Amino acid sequence: MADAAVPRPAADRLRPALRFLGRRLLQALIVMLLVVLLNFSVLQLAPGDMISVLSGSSDMTAEQMVSLRAQYGLDQPWLARLGIYLFNLAQFDLGYSFRNAAPVATVIAERFPTTLILVVASVIVSLTVGTLMGVVAARRAGSLADLVLLAVALVFYATPSFVIAIVLILTFGVTLGWLPIGGLVTVGAGLTGWAWLADLVAHLILPVIALCTFYVAIYARLARASMLEVSSLDYVRTARAKGVPEWRVVYVHALRNALLPLVTMAGLQVSSLIGGAILVETVFGLPGMGRTAYDAIFERDTNLLLGVMFVSALCVVLVSLVVDLLYVLLDPRVSLE
Amino acid sequence: MTSSTRASASAEALPAPLLAVTSLALDADPSSPLIEDLSFTLDRGETLAIVGESGCGKSLTSLAVMQLLPTNLARSARGKIRLDGEDLTRMKPRQLQRLRGDRMAMIFQEPLTALNPVMSVGAQIAEVLRDHRGLSRAVALSRAETLLGMVGIPDPGARLGDHPHQLSGGMRQRVTIAMAMACEPDLIIADEPTTALDVTVQAQILRLLADLQARSGMAMIMITHDLGVVRQVADRMVVMYAGTMVEEGRVADVLTRPHHPYTAGLIAARPSGAFKQDGRKLNDIPGMVPAPSARPAGCLFQPRCAQARPDCAAARPEVAEDAGGTAPRRWRCFHPLNRPEPGEES
Repeated sequence: MADAAVPRPAADRLRPALRFLGRRLLQALIVMLLVVLLNFSVLQLAPGDMISVLSGSSDMTAEQMVSLRAQYGLDQPWLARLGIYLFNLAQFDLGYSFRNAAPVATVIAERFPTTLILVVASVIVSLTVGTLMGVVAARRAGSLADLVLLAVALVFYATPSFVIAIVLILTFGVTLGWLPIGGLVTVGAGLTGWAWLADLVAHLILPVIALCTFYVAIYARLARASMLEVSSLDYVRTARAKGVPEWRVVYVHALRNALLPLVTMAGLQVSSLIGGAILVETVFGLPGMGRTAYDAIFERDTNLLLGVMFVSALCVVLVSLVVDLLYVLLDPRVSLE
Repeated sequence: MTSSTRASASAEALPAPLLAVTSLALDADPSSPLIEDLSFTLDRGETLAIVGESGCGKSLTSLAVMQLLPTNLARSARGKIRLDGEDLTRMKPRQLQRLRGDRMAMIFQEPLTALNPVMSVGAQIAEVLRDHRGLSRAVALSRAETLLGMVGIPDPGARLGDHPHQLSGGMRQRVTIAMAMACEPDLIIADEPTTALDVTVQAQILRLLADLQARSGMAMIMITHDLGVVRQVADRMVVMYAGTMVEEGRVADVLTRPHHPYTAGLIAARPSGAFKQDGRKLNDIPGMVPAPSARPAGCLFQPRCAQARPDCAAARPEVAEDAGGTAPRRWRCFHPLNRPEPGEES
């Protein structure tokens, strides 16, 4: 029997948390090192380099190419270049993007916020809409409303995001003219304050919807199944037996437990969106990480591409850590030990 | 303490009962009735045990009283369930919601699954008080602490923030009892509250329930299949078989002089043999409770009954009654045991 245990002092409760964080940071370090090694090696397999791309767009003699390669260190064996890259990385130096004539870190710092806004907005919107759809469907399981919601979710699930993006642009951008069809802000408008924010939000609405639909479908189906399972459990009946109002039975007692599997999914969504927003960023002409990676591939801007992949991987590692910590907060049965 | 409530319960026999279930019937579909023609009453402060094998409709009866049946069964429900004269079957969901947890409360069989795993036990108890009494969070929590102390949890203040998985089975059941007691209900339904617990803890929980009942004067329905529990806590008992009431009476009368062969079989099946009688040494009742869709013709118990005669299979016996003074008895059998045969009656 768990008898009158003396409450543990704060230091004792903190220790497992610190040990957990330490272990996870060490794991993250190893994962990041492997990611860099793999990225670097795979990129060596791709034919051509920055100089061959340059030579295609301008007249260049063979001597010029050789001297340029020597100048940029591209004539070194790849193991030597890997060593230099790792040495620089250890000093938080991601290298120089010659195509952008700027340090990689500067280029990424410029592009990252766009992707971050897109990802955060998409996660919040799809989680909210999907969960609500799932809860409503579960409460009326088997009814017409349930069938319609499931059908909508299936269409969302099956339609590729770029198709949705194009349909949205044609409908709301071109035909109706309600929303801008590309870019992050109205170029040259020079807006500030609230007007700037409103302009930004207007530009984000269509891309966020395009990124959301697939995940709305996933969350809706997941939330529906989870709610149906949880609603038949004893403690939901106990809540009713206590005379708890029906809305609180559903949204407090049942939903809080039903949300747990959705948190895992949200972590996966963030991870896949950071790298996976390329299509939507391309269709809407947004200067994000996906677009940057796409351009870097065609320009053989190896340093920039490595930098983008490094930062994306770092985000994925951080998000999975946050998800684990979130689990501990949401479910008291999960402990850090 | 239990004996004092028994005495007071019998002293005020005249006023209307706290709970009156009349001709309750339930079915999953018309061809398979789950509960048929079930009637019983419960006075204030009284403890009624409902006894029977698994699948005889005990738990469904308790859910029907709480009006917590799954919707498909709730639709099929017929009969009346009156709490203090008000028919629960005709109430709107909001009225029922105000009654549940306040005037009537329930203790479930499995305390681990009956508690919400992600809410602290303090919050789960306080919730009842905030909903029904409109108490503030702080006041409700301090009242929850008092309740935890009342149900015998040591250092209740430190336990308020604990989650169910941090407590032992016995402690969890004490929490659900505190939750049910929070608003001092008139009626508490305990659905096999000790079945999931260790034997030593079972006795503690039963003592606690009897003690709380003596102090608060609430009425209790104790659902159980354990005749030892019945003898320990109940004033009267209803024996159910295959969804019907087969016998009812004061516990002492029924256990010493059962009228229905099924009751006699249950008593004889007790391992201790404490109620052994007449030299009959039945150790079990052959066969099983028939499925709702395969109920036999005539008396429902007749295929398993050692005393069955030809007329038992011909017609279903009605409830017979002996109003007999202070200890009325009811039974559903053509050939009751321990009674003078009809011919010998004067």
